[in-house]
Amino acid sequence: MTDSDFYTALAERFVVSVPHMQECGMRVDSLDARHGQMSLPFRREWLGDIERGRIHTGVVTTLVDSVGGLAVICAVGRSCAVATLDLRVDYLRPAVAGRALHCRAECHRMTSTIAFVRARVWQDGEADDCAVAQGSFMWSLESKPVA
Amino acid sequence: MNLGAWGEARRRAREQGDFSALIALIPYAGFLGVQVRLEEGEPRFRLPYRPSFIGAVAAKRLHGGVTAGFLENAATLHLLLTQDEPRVPKSIDFSIDYLRGGEAAELHASCSLVRQGRRVALVQVRCWQDDSREVALARVHFLLSNPAGDGT
Repeated sequence: MTDSDFYTALAERFVVSVPHMQECGMRVDSLDARHGQMSLPFRREWLGDIERGRIHTGVVTTLVDSVGGLAVICAVGRSCAVATLDLRVDYLRPAVAGRALHCRAECHRMTSTIAFVRARVWQDGEADDCAVAQGSFMWSLESKPVA
Repeated sequence: MNLGAWGEARRRAREQGDFSALIALIPYAGFLGVQVRLEEGEPRFRLPYRPSFIGAVAAKRLHGGVTAGFLENAATLHLLLTQDEPRVPKSIDFSIDYLRGGEAAELHASCSLVRQGRRVALVQVRCWQDDSREVALARVHFLLSNPAGDGT
């Protein structure tokens, strides 16, 4: 399998291979060796505050965790097991009802076991982040649990 | 302005142990299926397992976002139930450390209010499975509602 075959297959099968991403209806929008980008269409059940029409911050975190894992696999460049070690998310502004969430994550440093990831989340304009995040992930080429 | 909905939902939760109205105001808590009960006056949180919570099929581990989302809900509900916030407090930031992979089983959580200032509160959340298997530790900074009630 060539590199480009791997990334094409990954983009196609990533969401369907993970039950919770499938349940939420996430989509892979783009990826390559340096980044992963996904989106999450709006649903009423994402709301965290019914009065003010805001998306729950936990939904933002779930997307970040998903795209962070994707970015790690992208950086590794082949199938691997990934587990989140820690995650920190700053909610810069509320995510509002009715619009999809978009997230782009990049792996900026890899060791033989750990991947360090940064991510951004936005709704309308990519320049208008509603959250930024960073996290550490463990990765392993073995398919057994890594944590 | 519908401040009454939160107040009424909280009253039912505190006095009758009925958390359904509170959860109904937070659709994502309902989507996950977060459950609350009071144990000696302290809120305890539970998330029943379902197969769609899995994030790693081969290892059969929970998606990290499920655990994180559950703990953010627990922190928010803890603050609503133990303090007199007029509505859902806004999260400023969230941080989580995963201690072990979450097994395909229900999650439990309890919270402590580490610090409450005039405008900001820090809530720490502990998450475990099977009585004592610690799965994650998290903390959330909340921006508290303006006492004047201007909605900021």
